[in-house]
Amino acid sequence: MDLLLNEQIEELKKKVEALEKGTEEQISMVVFSGDLDKLLAAMIIATGAAAYDMKVKLFFTFWAIAALRDPAKTVKGKNFMEIMFGWMLPKGSGKTTLSKMNMGGMGTSMMKGIMKKHNVASLQEMITTAGELGVEIALCEMSMNLMGFKKEEMIDYPGMTVCGVATFLSDASESKIQLFI
Amino acid sequence: MTTDELKQLTSNKIVDARGTACPGPLLAAKKAIGEIASGEIMEIYSSDEGTKNDIPRWCQKMSHEFLGIVEEPSYSRLFLRKA
Repeated sequence: MDLLLNEQIEELKKKVEALEKGTEEQISMVVFSGDLDKLLAAMIIATGAAAYDMKVKLFFTFWAIAALRDPAKTVKGKNFMEIMFGWMLPKGSGKTTLSKMNMGGMGTSMMKGIMKKHNVASLQEMITTAGELGVEIALCEMSMNLMGFKKEEMIDYPGMTVCGVATFLSDASESKIQLFI
Repeated sequence: MTTDELKQLTSNKIVDARGTACPGPLLAAKKAIGEIASGEIMEIYSSDEGTKNDIPRWCQKMSHEFLGIVEEPSYSRLFLRKA
């Protein structure tokens, strides 16, 4: 009887261990919005989580991808629609605008002024810091195809990858925190 | 630790994050903690109010020992001992 109990305890211990390992300190975020304010929120949480030694995985999809374009890079071979998308969307994080009170760009530049005054890091600085802290960025392949974005026109970010929804789901299932921004 | 005891401490590292806003002081602390050895004392200067709540919580999570805060006229000195 005791032997059986011990066996069961051992089995339970193994299961608990596996569970604890499965929910290693990790955070997964879907970064969907291309708005300056929302991107800032995402990057503040991401860098903060990295300071907590969490593994941080960002999945950039849809409008957010435009913010990762490098304004200095151009790629050839795009069709008319892709050129239009590229032209209509902000070329890089510096060109993103507020989701509210943009007022034709006036609100955004005012906000940037206030941020500087309060020594809040700019979005570009936050992205660089995130890279230094090992925050992982993955780009949604489907969105890239839709909008005709190529990986070659993205900023130089350590270990940036292109992936699909399965990668997000498998990472999110191993994360304690999942956010959609 | 009392304020007087904290003032007596000699820090192995001082991180001056005054003037920066969230998450500046936290990121500065994270960066600097790697530069000291276990058991050594680090001091963070911050003028950001939120840091006074953030750093003790960060210490708890990272199992560093938070020693306390000394208030200066325009900033706070936060003390911790690395785990």
